[in-house]
Amino acid sequence: MQFMLLFSRQGKLRLQKWYVPLCDKEKKKITRELVQTVLARKPKMCSFLEWRDLKIVYKRYASLYFCCAIEDQDNELITLEIIHRYVELLDKYFGSVCELDIIFNFEKAYFILDEFLLGGEAQETSKKNVLKAIEQADLLQENLDFQIRLLPAST
Amino acid sequence: MPAVSKGDGMRGLAVFISDIRNCKSKEAEIKRINKELANIRSKFKGDKALDGYSKKKYVCKLLFIFLLGHDIDFGHMEAVNLLSSNKYTEKQIGYLFISVLVNSNSELIRLINNAIKNDLSSRNPTFMCLALHCIANVGSREMAEAFAGEIPRILVAGDTMDSVKQSAALCLLRLYKTSPDLVLMGEWTSRVVHLLNDQHMGVVTAAISLITCLSQKNPDEFKTCVSLAVSRLSRIVSSASTDLQDYTYYFVPAPWLSCKLLRLLQCYPPPEDGAVKGRLVECLETILNKAQEPPKSKKVQHSNAKNAILFEAISLIIHYDSEPNLLVRACNQLGQFLQHRETNLRYLALESMCTLASSEFSHEAVKTHIETVINALKTERDVSVRQRAADLLYAMCDRSNAKQIVAEMLSYLETADYSIREEMVLKVAILAEKYAVDYSWYVDTILNLIRIAGDYVSEEVWYRVIQIVINRDDVQGYAAKTVFEALQAPACHENMVKVGGYILGEFGNLIAGDPRSSPLVQFNLLHSKFHLCSVPTRALLLSAYIKFINLFPETKSTIQEVLRSDSQIRNSDVELQQRAVEYLKLSSIASTDVLATVLEEMPPFPERESSILAKLKKKKGPGAVSVNELEEGKREGGELNGGGGERGGDNSTIAASNASTPSPSADLLGLRTGPQVSAAPPSAGSLLVDVFSEAGVNDDGFLSSAPPSAVSEDAAPPLPESNELLNKFVCKNNGVLFENQLLQIGIKSEYRQNLGRMYLFYGNKTSVQFVTFTTTVSCPGELHPQLNVQAKPVEPLIEGGAQVQQVINIECLGDFCEAPLLNIKFRYGGALQNLSLKLPVTINKFFQPTEMASHDFFQRWKQLSQPQQEAQKIFKASHAMDTEVIKAKLLGLGMALLENVDPNPENFVCAGVIQTKAQQVGSLLRLEPNAQAQMYRLTLRSSKDTVSKRLCELLAEQF
Repeated sequence: MQFMLLFSRQGKLRLQKWYVPLCDKEKKKITRELVQTVLARKPKMCSFLEWRDLKIVYKRYASLYFCCAIEDQDNELITLEIIHRYVELLDKYFGSVCELDIIFNFEKAYFILDEFLLGGEAQETSKKNVLKAIEQADLLQENLDFQIRLLPAST
Repeated sequence: MPAVSKGDGMRGLAVFISDIRNCKSKEAEIKRINKELANIRSKFKGDKALDGYSKKKYVCKLLFIFLLGHDIDFGHMEAVNLLSSNKYTEKQIGYLFISVLVNSNSELIRLINNAIKNDLSSRNPTFMCLALHCIANVGSREMAEAFAGEIPRILVAGDTMDSVKQSAALCLLRLYKTSPDLVLMGEWTSRVVHLLNDQHMGVVTAAISLITCLSQKNPDEFKTCVSLAVSRLSRIVSSASTDLQDYTYYFVPAPWLSCKLLRLLQCYPPPEDGAVKGRLVECLETILNKAQEPPKSKKVQHSNAKNAILFEAISLIIHYDSEPNLLVRACNQLGQFLQHRETNLRYLALESMCTLASSEFSHEAVKTHIETVINALKTERDVSVRQRAADLLYAMCDRSNAKQIVAEMLSYLETADYSIREEMVLKVAILAEKYAVDYSWYVDTILNLIRIAGDYVSEEVWYRVIQIVINRDDVQGYAAKTVFEALQAPACHENMVKVGGYILGEFGNLIAGDPRSSPLVQFNLLHSKFHLCSVPTRALLLSAYIKFINLFPETKSTIQEVLRSDSQIRNSDVELQQRAVEYLKLSSIASTDVLATVLEEMPPFPERESSILAKLKKKKGPGAVSVNELEEGKREGGELNGGGGERGGDNSTIAASNASTPSPSADLLGLRTGPQVSAAPPSAGSLLVDVFSEAGVNDDGFLSSAPPSAVSEDAAPPLPESNELLNKFVCKNNGVLFENQLLQIGIKSEYRQNLGRMYLFYGNKTSVQFVTFTTTVSCPGELHPQLNVQAKPVEPLIEGGAQVQQVINIECLGDFCEAPLLNIKFRYGGALQNLSLKLPVTINKFFQPTEMASHDFFQRWKQLSQPQQEAQKIFKASHAMDTEVIKAKLLGLGMALLENVDPNPENFVCAGVIQTKAQQVGSLLRLEPNAQAQMYRLTLRSSKDTVSKRLCELLAEQF
């Protein structure tokens, strides 16, 4: 996979993950072009399209579009399920995830993605294992939050 | 799991995000951001040292601002500081910031790498994973330099945690993609491959991506992965849906891993080991069978995961292209999908069938779906699906269905989406030309194309129809009549005027007998379009007018008057003015004879690859640079069109455009597979043994004039490229055999019956003399009793810049496969030079051509029908598929090229007899090009099996 974009029906970018080196200008150009192309498509249309020399695989979940760019040799259907598994992970983690969760906890969305996909390839496809890794990190975090909340109180 | 508390760690961040969301306008948002940036900047610059939490919060805010699309030019240092925090959450935010906003500031990279190094050696798996994720996300060369050596160690170490192994594998993959030179697997290769056997499915899933990428680049080193992958796949495919617990996805066992395994296998040819292959075929059959089972769930995730594996399996079946049964089953399965209610499946089935159409085993099976595909082209609501249907129709087209497909594509073109019209036009033009049985159909099709989609008809297309009409006199009258009728339409496309102008200018006389299309009527019709046309078209029409003066003297005064009018002779466009002036003058002063000579009918164009095909390839092809070159060639042509001062101008445009498209440019496009690299030479060891045995057995100094000591143990093994050099001379007898900085070896040879004489010319390219120059010709191994080679002695001294000649006499005793070896030794400036080459003596040199009629050919073909008498190869074209070049090569082969024998005029058949002292071996050849797939099928039949095989091998490298 070359990159993944999450954007809203209004075309606001909510998450971007690039697995190939591109300059910021190019990233913005690609994002603009793809958001426009995907939003223009009608609901019953097919989830795949050719774009430049890549294949775009996208799916809409409520108000959010998940959009992946894969290479010629890559499998479209399994990419659709990559998207779905990521949505399941977010859903399980946030408890019926909505766009707001991703806006306010964008860093978490990135952390979960990194546990699931690395360098554009599936790293761990077991939902249980991915969530276990995130929970362990949260455990470390919550201990810390506890300390921090104490700090301002004591000064 | 408590949801909202997760963001509460940084209340300030949440407040800031809310503020931004509440901004009513872009300006308000920018104002709020600038305020925040100023605040953060002052905090970072302030005297008071910030605690880790605040640093984390501000860094996170900066990240948020950046992700909104604003530039961030500070905060990197604070983020780097967070990396060395021992609090996980601070470290994590630091890494996230670095991953998203990496900056090639060298000072910073050094600090980042230091922090990563510490975390990698911390032995804390959570920290190690964070560090590895960061490397994988950034993937810069600096990071590869720092860590490419360390990560393989982590990946294969026995005590590494599974999660760390997973990150390490994909981290390495990313580094390999950016800096392949720095990632050296070497000693780790076998342990990495064995990760395919790991108990942890997650480790296998991650590692296989790395292995696939490495296998593509170094297939030999990783080839042991094939049997491991097959057994892993077989275990997954045969497992029950619950066996793999959490790796089962909607009742499908390990779909991601299955797809990746099937993908890995596509890096290799079918397994040679029968057991492995059998197991794999079983897996593929099971996958195909499962597609027919009722679904275990109604959820789309279930069917997607299952079909993802199915499509990947079909890709593998197509990749192997060797199991007719599986190919046909795959085709039937895809046929079912063509009518599935899921648009996605219809799309993928159309796409996948396109590749099946090019396999000879499944082409016919694909064709049975033609009606469904035509229906898809008409009824699909999604343009991307219609596009796939059009592609598939193009791919399944052959002589049997060309008329139907072209007609459907033409009618679709009337309503086709603008985005795909140009490509459709090219495809129709190519199919019409390729499968034209009668050329009137071809002319009709192209004129329809111009009528329906004139704006999308590129120069290549209308140039091509003119080339074909000029080259085929049986269609010229029809073309003139049809184009004359097409021009009657009140509004016709400018491209139609161009084609009309050109064709009537050349062949208007063929319809002038009919009073309805008398010369003057033709002229008036053309001239009625003149004022609506652009300058290049007007220039072309002026040329047509002067041709009219030659064809029909009765139009002379009318046309001269037109040329003389102010709007022509004083036209502000210099090109039009010049043509008008020159043509007027030419028509008034030149005698009829001169006029007839100057304005003679265009000579036929040389037959070349269709320029349209090159254009289509260009549209599809990658290679941006080479495409530019082609574009440039085209542009030059375009300039000629406007700039040529005389009648020839238009034609030279066509010629130039044509010249820019055949073989050389097709080469530049890089669409064809590169020249086939000949098989690796046998290892030096075995060759030396051969040489030894020869030297030992033949104490009579068998072939060579050189002293026996020269055939000594130090004869160099043949150069790696010697097979390739040999292949160069299969179809020709003269040329440069070898050249390096010192030496050039030229070759001239002639053969008669079973005898041959070869002249070798050794040229000293330096200014220093070569001393003790000796050459040895030997026949290794089995070749000795089959070929007798006598080399005359050669001068031991070659002066700088001089050339010496050596004569070699060759006698063919029996049929043979190997080539004689030529070893050359000499001293240049004291250093011993030692090189060996293969002498281009191949069995086909002893061919006598045999002419025969169609009937005789097929009779003999049938006589040679035992399986071992036939050798066949199907291979990709390595050169442009140019008829004339192919013919020249076949003639060079030494056989007779038989015309009008094969019912398919695109095929080539040859016959010849190989003359050896012991016997004569009759051979027949058939070469079937498939221009669409850029493939050939080569079949040889001989009375001797070894001859068929050898000829087939030799020839497969030639096209």
